[in-house]
Amino acid sequence: MLERALIGTKRYYLLLAVLAGIFGVGFLFYLQQLKFGLGITGMGRDVSWGFYIAQFTYLVGVAASAVMVVLPYYLHNYKAFGRVTILGEFLAVAAVTMCVTFVLVDMGRPDRVMNVFKYPTPNSVMFWDIIVLNGYLLLNILIGWNVLECERHSVAPPKWIKFLSYVSIPWAVSIHTVTAFLYAGLPGRGYWLTAIMAPRFLSSAFAAGPSLLVLLCLLVRKYTKFDPGREQIQSLAKVVTYATLINVFFFFCEVFTVFYSQIPDHMLHFQYLFAGLDGKARLVPFMWFSIVGMTITAILLTNPKLRQNENTLAALCGMVIITTWIDKGLGLMTGGFVPNPMEKVTEYAPTVPEAAITLGVWALGFLVLTLLYKVAVSIKEEIRS
Amino acid sequence: MGMDRREFIRISGLAALLGLSGKGAFELVRPGQVEAAMAAKPEAQGVVRWAMVVNMQKMDEATAAKCIEACHRVHNVPDFTKPKDPKDAVPPEILNRYEVKWLWTEHYHNAFPGEEPPVMPEKIAHLPFLLLCNHCDNPPCVRVCPTKATFRREDGIVNMDMHRCIGCRFCMAGCPFGARSFNWRDPRPYITQDYPGYPTREIGVVEKCTFCAERLAQNMMPACVEASKGTLIFGDLNDEKSKVRDTLKRYFTIRRKVHLGTNPQVYYIV
Repeated sequence: MLERALIGTKRYYLLLAVLAGIFGVGFLFYLQQLKFGLGITGMGRDVSWGFYIAQFTYLVGVAASAVMVVLPYYLHNYKAFGRVTILGEFLAVAAVTMCVTFVLVDMGRPDRVMNVFKYPTPNSVMFWDIIVLNGYLLLNILIGWNVLECERHSVAPPKWIKFLSYVSIPWAVSIHTVTAFLYAGLPGRGYWLTAIMAPRFLSSAFAAGPSLLVLLCLLVRKYTKFDPGREQIQSLAKVVTYATLINVFFFFCEVFTVFYSQIPDHMLHFQYLFAGLDGKARLVPFMWFSIVGMTITAILLTNPKLRQNENTLAALCGMVIITTWIDKGLGLMTGGFVPNPMEKVTEYAPTVPEAAITLGVWALGFLVLTLLYKVAVSIKEEIRS
Repeated sequence: MGMDRREFIRISGLAALLGLSGKGAFELVRPGQVEAAMAAKPEAQGVVRWAMVVNMQKMDEATAAKCIEACHRVHNVPDFTKPKDPKDAVPPEILNRYEVKWLWTEHYHNAFPGEEPPVMPEKIAHLPFLLLCNHCDNPPCVRVCPTKATFRREDGIVNMDMHRCIGCRFCMAGCPFGARSFNWRDPRPYITQDYPGYPTREIGVVEKCTFCAERLAQNMMPACVEASKGTLIFGDLNDEKSKVRDTLKRYFTIRRKVHLGTNPQVYYIV
């Protein structure tokens, strides 16, 4: 089937070339980072995780969201999603690929990455995160590929694939839960020390991931002969709606506990993000845009007319992606580290090399996504004709 | 209890057959041993527990500076404001990002955030509180490290293997005291005076105060304690006759962020 990825239109090759080019630029900057050290990024003593780990966290969510098409299909026998499960699974593969790459580029000593396996340490959440992420990657490659192969030959998938599909459902929940536990168990970081972090991660994941899937379905329909289907897109839109509403609700649960309890260790981080601290307020406009935008989008999504119109639906899905990305990609990392343990404020902003490396990893992910979607869509077109 | 290989295999095979795993299997092979290992260790005679008292009644800027200088010199800690070669100068606005520090000072309200009374002696508010790794009894940095590169020794020292560290910086997020530094760039061009008694570091690893484990091994006091002329008191908390224990019995002391449950082992007399 892989040969399907090698033949395509001029536009397909052009897309691959552009993505490979962006990846190449990022790679050159990464070589510079290897030589100089992580000091070429905007991170430092006080904000010691930045853009890389933030993207990693966001993309774990995108990966986990594949469960939103797999679950209704396998557990509720919702046949319509049979057409798009492959798109969800391959999106998960691309997203986990980016996650793993982001962790790798964030490491001070990538040459020693095998130490994690040489000295396995079960008391470290990172140990478990590596296990669940790689397991999830493997599951989605196995399931996606085999189901597609069977579809091509018009045979039912083998029993063991069905079994793995069931396994992948709680596994998807686990990857984002464990990722939340990376942060939610650290005693000195008030912004992260909250039991609702894993639920918030999941709700924002199930909002952002299916939003991205809606946009991808619309693109696939526009540029190929395979139509993922109107009903499928509308069902995904409902998932996005509920998840976004729940995500906004969880955010206000968090705000209530933090501000009604009036515990400074927890309030200071929110004050930095939404009002600024010590006259430093770099993220304030972003954070307000994120939460106000997300709330308005959630309310608009409840209107069936706006969901049924695919243009407004696409715009709303775009808003969900942007606002959740600001919340998780910008606010979560910096907000957790500012103020620092001495209650001093050091702000963070990514540098040009850091941004280029980040874009490079995204390009790598979209390259993987394009190749996988090309295979999937070609098979689907073949079946139709 | 002696046991040859054949018997071990027989018993563990039996255990597997019976569906025993973990503790069950252990019970069969080594009865009573799991409980023994799980029970809290008694404070046995001869077990060392290193601890430090900082006497802020005697502390001043000059003493603090001397302690820091002594520590950073014998551990080859870089000073990014003083490059060996002027072309390696670091722009001032990013100096604080690169900073590596094992021992440093903060005012009371930064050392003990949230614990400052609204009215307090002017003198104490402006004292240089000497901060360092607290060598916690229950260290979050050790808990989060994915490679055991940070580990807690029997004598309570939280130490690091900089050759095993993968530079993930999970420990920096885990430490509630800001005691850890990362080598964001090659530190060697910023070590004015190479000290041969301690290795320099490479880029990409985390480092921090080690309570001078390498000096203790040679029966020497930590460098800062030596330079402090009695302002810092260091010793074995488990030794009834040690000066550190005696000081803690005579003076009321405070510790940083005790409510977090890490049980810091650096005490402050205010």
